[in-house]
Amino acid sequence: MNGRLECNSIIKQYKDGRTALKSVTFDIKLSGIFALIGRNGAGKTTLVRILATELLPTSGMASLDGNDIIRDAKNVREIMAIVPQEARPIQWMTPRQTIISSLLWRGFGYGDSRKRADDVLDQFGLTGYKDKPNRFLSGGIKRKMLVATALASEARIIFLDEPTTGLDPISRKELWDVLNEQKKKRFIFLTTHYLEEAEALADSIGILENGELLAIGTMEELRSKVRYPYTVRVNGGMDLTSIAGVVIQENGGYQQIMTSKEEAYSISKRLIQNGVTFSISPVSLNDIFFFFAKRRVDGEKE
Amino acid sequence: MVNAIYAMKNYPIMMVNAFVSPLAFLIVLTLVSRGALFGVAVIGGLIMALTSSGLSLQGDLVHFKVDFKLQDMVVSSPTTAFIYLFGMAISELIYYLPGIAVLLAMAFINLKFGLFPTLQVTGAMILMFVLATALGFMLSTHISDIMESWAVTGVVSILLSTIPPVYYPITYIPLPYRYAAYLSPTTYAAQIAQQAMGYIHFPQVTIDIDWIVLIGVSVVLLLISVKKTRWREI
Repeated sequence: MNGRLECNSIIKQYKDGRTALKSVTFDIKLSGIFALIGRNGAGKTTLVRILATELLPTSGMASLDGNDIIRDAKNVREIMAIVPQEARPIQWMTPRQTIISSLLWRGFGYGDSRKRADDVLDQFGLTGYKDKPNRFLSGGIKRKMLVATALASEARIIFLDEPTTGLDPISRKELWDVLNEQKKKRFIFLTTHYLEEAEALADSIGILENGELLAIGTMEELRSKVRYPYTVRVNGGMDLTSIAGVVIQENGGYQQIMTSKEEAYSISKRLIQNGVTFSISPVSLNDIFFFFAKRRVDGEKE
Repeated sequence: MVNAIYAMKNYPIMMVNAFVSPLAFLIVLTLVSRGALFGVAVIGGLIMALTSSGLSLQGDLVHFKVDFKLQDMVVSSPTTAFIYLFGMAISELIYYLPGIAVLLAMAFINLKFGLFPTLQVTGAMILMFVLATALGFMLSTHISDIMESWAVTGVVSILLSTIPPVYYPITYIPLPYRYAAYLSPTTYAAQIAQQAMGYIHFPQVTIDIDWIVLIGVSVVLLLISVKKTRWREI
């Protein structure tokens, strides 16, 4: 698939007057995994619901693989599937029944649906659970099964709205493995507020904050957009405010500063001389996110 | 359809729940009337079963929409609102089929009626099902809380299939209160069926008007439910 996801000046204002999206514009290739990160209430779900043709934007336009989400909604729906935030499988169904039912809704025949359900359950390592009622399954298995339901349709575009929220680290890792495998065959649009998840999975990342898209690009592109490419983490005992850089957080006695390569080198030498414990690394998505979020807050204050 | 079959397979009590109310009313009315209202009560049971099927659809759809996000997944798929409505309506009907079968069996064993009355009753029942389904679907897309849905189901169910002359002839209601019964579409279906079975004797023009009203309301509600329902949110 060589199409693009184009989003042009999307604004969403709800009836209660709340503006969830403030002119969101971006253009990405429909391949691999795109992760949209942001805090709770940033507007991630609203954007996904608009792109997945569930919700109409107040203004602006978007298209998937050349299909306008409003004018050509029927075509868009043919090529995509979604696992909404907080979606749960119907309790009294089994995983196999859930997937068969979903495929029947999409217009597949019963025989084909059964075969596809068995295949996808096998692919996800869920064959052992296929006839167990969903209410007896763990949260991780349920989530994997919902993702399997979306993927069984062979939709080329998959929207996953916070698919790993509430999962334990092992279940989360298992789902990551599945998504890493699936991204070779389809485009996955993922929202998450786990920054390490976006960093581990995504080929490109968008940062959404308070309805505004603050930055978008690959990890390298995002790193290049921040002024300071290195982060130094110090276990107290040093005043960082005199150093050129951005102190981005202070947690549990640690201080962290994003700074230039030269300053990072200079600080390292001083810290070693003073016997202070520290770590130095290229900025992570976590750092980038805080950089953009802080810049936005500072900008508002100014 | 498979949704209902899977549900009944996993929870057989759902099948019992679907026909216990019509059957209970039928038994009570038959006993109280010493058998005189048995035929009317069978018709009432059928109307109540089909109305309940449509109204249960409302509850199930809200449950699936709110608790499982099923509607979101369906909206974002090639399934249209009409296909979803049709599929879920058939699914609901499956729950009620055993109860309807019991009522029909009782009618065939105990009552004597010809082909034309049978066709008239069948037609009125089909329209009742379409009407209740459309109403249930339309309500479901506007309700966002399962608690509200339960309350709506309870109130509408009583207004449509308990208070109106569904389980008793409309002639039991004294004038001018009788006119109030015509606010419910189930009254028209019951009147058509009761006339066909010979329990009431109204001029043919009254029955013709019943058909016109019943067909009109069903078509209008069906169109509204498909065209004006809150499918893609705004």
